Amino acid sequence: MSNDMTTGVIYTETVVHAAPAEFVADAPYQLAIVSLDSGGRLTARITGERVKIGDKVELVEERAGVSFFRGVEP
Amino acid sequence: MGIGKTAFGAFPDRTLRSLAVEAGEKCMQDAGVSPSQIEAFYLGNFAGPAFVGQNHLAPYIAGSLGLTGVPCTRFEAACASGGSAFFHAVSSVAAGLNDIVLVAGVEKMTSQSTPKVTEILAGAGDMAGEGRAGATFPALFAMIARRHMYQYGTTREHLAAVAVKNHANGAKNPLAHMRKVITMEQALAGKMISEPLTVFDCSLISDGAAAVVIVPLERASEFTDQPVRILGIAQTSDYVALDAKADITTFWAVREAAEKAYKMAHVSARDIEFAEVHDCFTIAEIVATEDLGFIKKGEGGPYVFEGRTRLRAERPVNASGGLKAKGHPVGATGVGQICDVALQIRGEAGELQLDRHSIGLAQNLGGSGATAVITVLGSI
Repeated sequence: MSNDMTTGVIYTETVVHAAPAEFVADAPYQLAIVSLDSGGRLTARITGERVKIGDKVELVEERAGVSFFRGVEP
Repeated sequence: MGIGKTAFGAFPDRTLRSLAVEAGEKCMQDAGVSPSQIEAFYLGNFAGPAFVGQNHLAPYIAGSLGLTGVPCTRFEAACASGGSAFFHAVSSVAAGLNDIVLVAGVEKMTSQSTPKVTEILAGAGDMAGEGRAGATFPALFAMIARRHMYQYGTTREHLAAVAVKNHANGAKNPLAHMRKVITMEQALAGKMISEPLTVFDCSLISDGAAAVVIVPLERASEFTDQPVRILGIAQTSDYVALDAKADITTFWAVREAAEKAYKMAHVSARDIEFAEVHDCFTIAEIVATEDLGFIKKGEGGPYVFEGRTRLRAERPVNASGGLKAKGHPVGATGVGQICDVALQIRGEAGELQLDRHSIGLAQNLGGSGATAVITVLGSI
């Protein structure tokens, strides 16, 4: 356990095909709940390759209050 | 107790008010009460202001029902709005504040486009967190499904079995939105909504209303020869955001409400002969059967897949067709479930009538588990 809020593990995920009006242009997009290494969980978007439960991820950027994570090569 | 429901479906020519009035009038007629006898009106409605642009809905509808003068209040608890209105109505009668109370639930959803409906429904989640990240309600339940699959080996076939069963039941329900039998193959090949949930894993966007009249037990014989008794009821709450819950494969609020309602009714899960559960998504029915204690945690998938909750099986779940086939006019759902359970207890469920129908349960869920209302009903 570290205090780093920029890394974590995928707790669960989905790929959204039917998006709400605001995000229709983004679909399909992957959404996940990340268990942060610093403790607690965060609902975030995934960029790049699709990830699955148990995969390690790292923060890429924050945009409009949303955290974007990507998978970390093992 | 009187009950009344409109058909659930897409009714472009009907207004929210006309649906609620139809259910309310049917219900008062069923109970043999006149509007002047009603002492309070409780309305369940999730998002009338967003769907149809009308606020102050309880007196708005009550006026058309001839109920002016009495307290009229709208309850909003996402998909548990109807159940919550019912819980508070029961509380007021149990407290001795009122004797004859009308509860209605209504939602008019189909006047908006699907992306807009999806956006309005997302407002039942945490808009500052999961909502901003692009979570829809199907997405939240898809993430619950993924985790349930990971922890317990639940499969897509288990999920699809819920849809197949509920559509088979709904096909026999004259008030259901979708009266169509589907096969396992169709369910699995449905259009993807949010992986792993297809369109067949999701309940329908519907218009509709339901209503019930409740009275104290000692006065029931004034209105009916066949009273349905509220044996136990509980409403509980939990965090709104899914990522704030320790374990998303279970709804703590449902377990807690079930325990309280069973205790009040002096029953255990084993005694519940049939149930109407909140299958807003197929995974939600699987989790509900576990949380209600019908089956061990993690075994809800095989439980439905093996047919143990079918119409003629050991404990029928969603004999009415559930939200899946009946439709899910959000605010009406919780009240509609009470009507469906009461109909079974009276022995008036027609083709869907169950053999064992003396004690039934309704489980209404709000959001991704932030509100739960559980009612145990029985014959006297």
